[in-house]
Amino acid sequence: MSNKVIYAIYNDDDILMDAVKKTRAAHHHIEEVFTPFPVHGLDKAMGIAPTRLAICAFLYGCVGISVATAMMNYIMIQDWPQDIGGKPSFSYIENMPAFVPIMFELTVFFAAHLMVITFYMRSKLWPFKEAENPDVRTTDDHFLMEVAVNDNEEELISFFQSTGAVEVKVIDKH
Amino acid sequence: MYTFSSKLKTLSFILMAVGILGIGYGFWSAPKDIQEVETLLAAESHGGHGEAKHEASASAESSHEVAVGHGEATEEIKIEESHGALAPTDDTTKVAEAAHAETVQSKVAVKKEGHEVSEEAEHTEHLNHVLHQLQNKPWSALYVACIFFMLVSLGVLVFYAIQQVAQAGWSPVLFRVMQGITAYLPVGSVIFFVILILCGLHLNHLFIWLDPEVVANDKLIANKAGYLNFPFWIIRAAIFLTGWSLYQYFSRKNCLAQDDANDDLNYKKNFKLSAMFLVFFIVSESIMSWDWIMSIDPHWFSTLFGWYVFASFFVSAITTIALVTLYLKSRGFLEYVNTSHIHDLAKFMFGFSVFWTYLWFSQYMLIWYANIPEEVTYFITRIELYNLPFFGAVVMNFVFPLLILINTDFKRITWVLVMAGVVILAGHYIDFFNMIMPGTVGDRWFIGISEIASVLFFLGLFIYVVFTALTKSPLLPKRNPFIEESKHFHY
Repeated sequence: MSNKVIYAIYNDDDILMDAVKKTRAAHHHIEEVFTPFPVHGLDKAMGIAPTRLAICAFLYGCVGISVATAMMNYIMIQDWPQDIGGKPSFSYIENMPAFVPIMFELTVFFAAHLMVITFYMRSKLWPFKEAENPDVRTTDDHFLMEVAVNDNEEELISFFQSTGAVEVKVIDKH
Repeated sequence: MYTFSSKLKTLSFILMAVGILGIGYGFWSAPKDIQEVETLLAAESHGGHGEAKHEASASAESSHEVAVGHGEATEEIKIEESHGALAPTDDTTKVAEAAHAETVQSKVAVKKEGHEVSEEAEHTEHLNHVLHQLQNKPWSALYVACIFFMLVSLGVLVFYAIQQVAQAGWSPVLFRVMQGITAYLPVGSVIFFVILILCGLHLNHLFIWLDPEVVANDKLIANKAGYLNFPFWIIRAAIFLTGWSLYQYFSRKNCLAQDDANDDLNYKKNFKLSAMFLVFFIVSESIMSWDWIMSIDPHWFSTLFGWYVFASFFVSAITTIALVTLYLKSRGFLEYVNTSHIHDLAKFMFGFSVFWTYLWFSQYMLIWYANIPEEVTYFITRIELYNLPFFGAVVMNFVFPLLILINTDFKRITWVLVMAGVVILAGHYIDFFNMIMPGTVGDRWFIGISEIASVLFFLGLFIYVVFTALTKSPLLPKRNPFIEESKHFHY
């Protein structure tokens, strides 16, 4: 089975966007697009399913607010009861205004950090990982579209040249 | 060009007519003298709790007289009354409890000394007090609705000015909608100004510091008399209302002139004008909030009150823009407004709801934490006597929009936005209700005919003025320099 892919390289994000739309319209399978910066609307144009990261963020926020509540209830009310603001009621709910800022902060803290970690895990990124960019120019000013070849090499090469690619190569992927 | 549909026009007339009838009924049914109040209170005491409440407040008043002397500010009595009337429930009411204890002690002292505070005089004073509260009620209802709708259109004007100054590329297709809504500002201002003058003529007791007798017997208010006096107050109001309406007029004029211009001169003029307006606005807005809302509780003060009021009417204003836009879109107008514009408005609705909550909580927490009697009475009155509207406003203005508008997809669905928008607007009306009512009618509040009719009247007027203004000019500012970007805006 052939593992051949085509690398079509562009030097402008608008040309790339048009090319992605044409490629999809022509029913060629886009494996991946490498860009030096986030291109707005690219995910929609590529037909990628919407991210579920937001759902994770909401759940992480719920974890954060629960941790904050449990933590402060233990520290300030149960373990070492504190007289908060001259109101020695020793009840969590009655002292809640004082705890709201911490509840808020931990909600944000958990949502933000766990969301980033989830994103790294989902994208299979970790420290010292070797870069997967097929071409170093995609970290500078070029855009690269990777498309699978199914015994239609010649057709694809001419197709991508017509979409405004500055370079089209066929690579044997291992 | 938009044409005012006859159905909507009829609706606005019906709302105004029903509103006027209800407002009239509110004034007509308010008690005229203390005899009526006496029968009213007697009828209440048969209900059960009225008796105890009445006694408690009477005792509070007697102790008060002994402590401070005759002729007390209505405000203070009211707070004392609230302390005496209801048993403290949570820890923020520790102060209330202390005050209550004091009340009881001094009452005992009165008895021991055999001081002749006649029961009769006390009773009459209490009746007078309740009479004033009940007579204030229709006025307060009118005042809350009037200031709310006026500030909504002011908020739209500010949002519009910010778009101009920021040279925003997404919003020019909505400029004519915003100009239509701000057309209500001059109309609302005139009605509001008339109400302020009527307050000055002592037709009601909304602002107790306007009453020279109160000022003479109240050191705290007397100290503020250099600022809180009728002439200075009404002049400030005139300057602010005129200033805002002038910007509204000239900004719209420039925007219309830009349609047929060959250069961007009118646009640049509007940019400068908007920048100047925003500076004028942020100063006048703070002062306005002290003058027209905070001075209803003249002993109380909060340094972030201006921002709090601003957040409340600003989020209502953005919600109003979204609702009017959705309505026009559903009628087939505004062809260039796409879901991305709606999505952005919904993001602002969400964001400013959170901003309002931030200020609400900041104000609440500092006062709760410090627990200084002169500050904390404000919240004790609201938590004890206005428990449902006070916490209900937080649910409607924070919890509900937070949960429903946090979802990206929901921000583009019309019916979700309309539902969220209606709840937000109602919630912020209640927020203004909470700011104004406790200082004017005390525990005599009720959302009844006066309140609903006032809202209906101003809603009808608002719809009539706004949609009439929308018919006057094309809905697309075609030669705005950013119009192409705005037409193709996508998120």
